[in-house]
Amino acid sequence: MALDRSAIRPPIAMLAELTHRCPLSCPYCSNPVELTRINSELDTETWQSVFKQAGELGVLQLHLSGGEPASRRDLETLVTSARDAGLYTNLITSGIGLTERRLKALDEAGLDHIQLSLQGTDAPMADQIGGYKGGFDRKMKVAEWIADIGFPLTLNAVLHRRNLHQLPRALEMAVEMGARRIEVATVQFHGWALKNRDTLMPTREQAREADRIVSEARAALKGTLVIDYVPADYHSDFPKRCMGGWGTTGLNVAPDGKVLPCHAAETIPHLQFDNVRDKSLSDIWYDNSAFQAYRGTDWMSEPCQSCERKTVDFGGCRCQAMAIVGDASATDPVCIKSPHHGALQAQADAHASVADAPLVYREAPGKESEPAE
Amino acid sequence: MELDAIPYLPRGVRLHFDKVRDTWVLLAPERAITLDQVGQAILSELDGTRSFGQITDDLAAKYNAPKDQIVQDSAGFLKALRDRRFLEVQ
Repeated sequence: MALDRSAIRPPIAMLAELTHRCPLSCPYCSNPVELTRINSELDTETWQSVFKQAGELGVLQLHLSGGEPASRRDLETLVTSARDAGLYTNLITSGIGLTERRLKALDEAGLDHIQLSLQGTDAPMADQIGGYKGGFDRKMKVAEWIADIGFPLTLNAVLHRRNLHQLPRALEMAVEMGARRIEVATVQFHGWALKNRDTLMPTREQAREADRIVSEARAALKGTLVIDYVPADYHSDFPKRCMGGWGTTGLNVAPDGKVLPCHAAETIPHLQFDNVRDKSLSDIWYDNSAFQAYRGTDWMSEPCQSCERKTVDFGGCRCQAMAIVGDASATDPVCIKSPHHGALQAQADAHASVADAPLVYREAPGKESEPAE
Repeated sequence: MELDAIPYLPRGVRLHFDKVRDTWVLLAPERAITLDQVGQAILSELDGTRSFGQITDDLAAKYNAPKDQIVQDSAGFLKALRDRRFLEVQ
C-alpha cells in the first residue's frame, strides 16, 4: 500500500550524477552496467532547473557526482546555480580533470566541500585499480591545490581484498592532506563490482582487521579526523540501513534525468522510473511508484515484518535482495535472520578464496559524438 | 570548553534557515543538523573574535538567564560539534 503524501517527508540529500564519463575505469564503479551516452546527458539549463526544484522540495545537501563530474565543462556554472538554489554543494571527484585554475573557479562559484576518492595509497596500486596511468600522481597534486585553496576535504578510500592492507596508510594520508574526514568504504557489491567479487571480496580476517584498525584510529584521532566506516557487508550479521530508508532521505538523478531511489535501483526490473524532463522533482518524489514501492514497512514480509529492527535498517538493501535472492522485497541476505544468510557467508568466503581472478574494468559509455565544447 | 577559548565555524560549516521545514540547520560536509533554539542562539553568536565567556555573558544578558546555566547547556553541544570537526577553537 502506498504511503499518503502527508506521511512522506521531504528529501535531505540529492546525488546528481552529472555524467557517466570518467577517465578512470574502477572495477567497482557504482554506475549501472548500462551507461548513459554523452548525447543523452541533461543540458546545463535542465540541471539548473533540477537544482532549483531540489531546493524548493527541501533538499539541503547536493552531491555532484558521476562518472567524473569534472568531465562536464559546465561544472563551474552548475556549482553557481546549486549555491543560488540554497544547496550545500559537495563535489565527489577522482581529481582527474581538475586543474588549479578550475579549482579556483569552483571556489569562486561557492563550492562548499570536496570528496576525493582514493583507489590506493601508492601509484602502482591506485593506477592499477583505476586503470589510469599517472592518476595517482595527478591526484596528489590536486590534493595540494585543494589544501592551498582551503576547501574542506573528505578522503574516500575504497577498500577491498587487494588494498585493505593499505588502510593504515590511507588514514595517515588523510591527516597529512588536512582532511577533516575520511570515508573508509569497503566495496559494496552493486554495479560493476558484482562482476568482480572473485578478485575484490575481502576475506573474513581482513574485514575483522579493518574493524579493529578503524576502532583504534577513531580513538587515537578524535577531534582530528572523523572516520565514517562502511564495513564489508557480506561478512556482517545485520544489513546496512540502505539510503537511510528507501524514499525517506535521498534521491538520485541519473545523467539522462531519470530519478532513482538509489543509484542501483534500475537493477530491480519491475520498477518504473520518471524523468525530470517529463515531471517535476516534487511529483516524482511524492508520487512515483518506484519511490512508493519500499517506503514505510507495509511491503515487508517475514522475518522483517515482526522484527524489532524493521525501522532500524528497513530490511537492508533492496537491490542486494534482488541480486542475491531474486526478490527485491526479501530480507537482505546479509541479515542473520534471512534464510539465505548462511549461503551468502559461504559465497563470500568462496569469492574471497579465488586466487588470481582478473580485474574486470568498467567500460566507457558509448560515444556517438564528441563533447559540444 | 574554556571560557577564554574563541570558538568559530570553520569553512564548509554554516548556518542555514530551512524554509521547507521552518527551522535552522547547521550544514556541514555531508551532514545537516537540525538546531533547537539554544543551539541556534549560540552558533549565531560565533564571530571568530569573542570568547566563549563573552558569548555566554551576552546570551545571559539577552535572555535574562543565569550564565552558569547557559555555559552548562552549551558546553556539551559545542564539544560534540568539535569532535565532529564542525567547530574549531582559536
